[in-house]
Amino acid sequence: MERTARSRTVASLLPLSRLLLLLIAPIIHLPLVAQTSTGGVGVGHSAPNFSRVDLTHRKIVLSSYRGKIVLLNFWATWCEPCLTEMPTFVEWQKEYGSRNFQVIGISMDDAAPEVIATVSRLKLNYPVLMGDEYLGADYGGVLGLPVTFLIDRDGKIQARYQGTSLTRIHSDIQNLLQSH
Amino acid sequence: MNIRNLRISFAVSLLVICAAYGMCVQAQQPAAGPPVQTDASIPPQAMLQPAELVQMLKPSAKPLVLQTGSHVLYAEAHIPGSEYAGPAGTSAGIEALRARVTGLNKDTLIVIYCGCCPWSRCPNIKPAYQQLRSLGFTNVKALYLADNFGTDWVEKGYPVVKGR
Repeated sequence: MERTARSRTVASLLPLSRLLLLLIAPIIHLPLVAQTSTGGVGVGHSAPNFSRVDLTHRKIVLSSYRGKIVLLNFWATWCEPCLTEMPTFVEWQKEYGSRNFQVIGISMDDAAPEVIATVSRLKLNYPVLMGDEYLGADYGGVLGLPVTFLIDRDGKIQARYQGTSLTRIHSDIQNLLQSH
Repeated sequence: MNIRNLRISFAVSLLVICAAYGMCVQAQQPAAGPPVQTDASIPPQAMLQPAELVQMLKPSAKPLVLQTGSHVLYAEAHIPGSEYAGPAGTSAGIEALRARVTGLNKDTLIVIYCGCCPWSRCPNIKPAYQQLRSLGFTNVKALYLADNFGTDWVEKGYPVVKGR
């Protein structure tokens, strides 16, 4: 008898528990959502296509990289954190290039001469092209550097990194490489 | 388990959830003010918070607001009424800044900002501040953008305009 009463009480509290869970689930999830949706074009959406000429006068069309994992890095010569992480991109290009991985650099400098000098000094082994406010706007606003996008083989944005996040980027690249 | 125990369990659970939520919210809060260890070249009293500048933009007597960083980033978005004054981290930018303030009263309120990079690694804001101070300007404020202009101004919903 007492057991039945207890069972009834517990059963009567179950809907309340469910309601409580429904209410708190978004709250607990909030930090994750906030981190992934901060600015920029949405993760999971197609990377905006562009067609531009790089510093060696080669035409670069983003959509032509379908089938490859692309690391799209917005940087500038005056951005110290950018210059710090770029040698690592050179290493990744060497290491993963044969596995259909491609780094593309987009300089947000005002003029090309300094960019050309920096590309030469850092021995960048990937294409670099000049960006501008329109390309920045296409990518949801590049208003602080560096900003890097990881694009999967289907041309979809897998991640947006504001600032230097080499460990996270590397881990995400490896996951993408393993998933195909 | 009796009803009393169940109630206690619920109360404890709620407390834990509230505490967890509090920590989550706190973790998401951006740095409210200037860093504790500020660079000696820009004293804390010369730093202006974004919310303070927004209030200053409303009255008719707006301060002179100069962006002393990248022209591309300025073209993407800048503070309404602000002028592009050149990247103060370069000699050409310093020259452009000097030219812009020539003839102004030394007590003119000048607000400078950049936001190209995190505050501590910005190549432009400190040279701009030091240049204006060395020219004798006594009322110079540097807009404190902890991470960058996008995070600390645009994403906060403060007003922006586009174009060069």
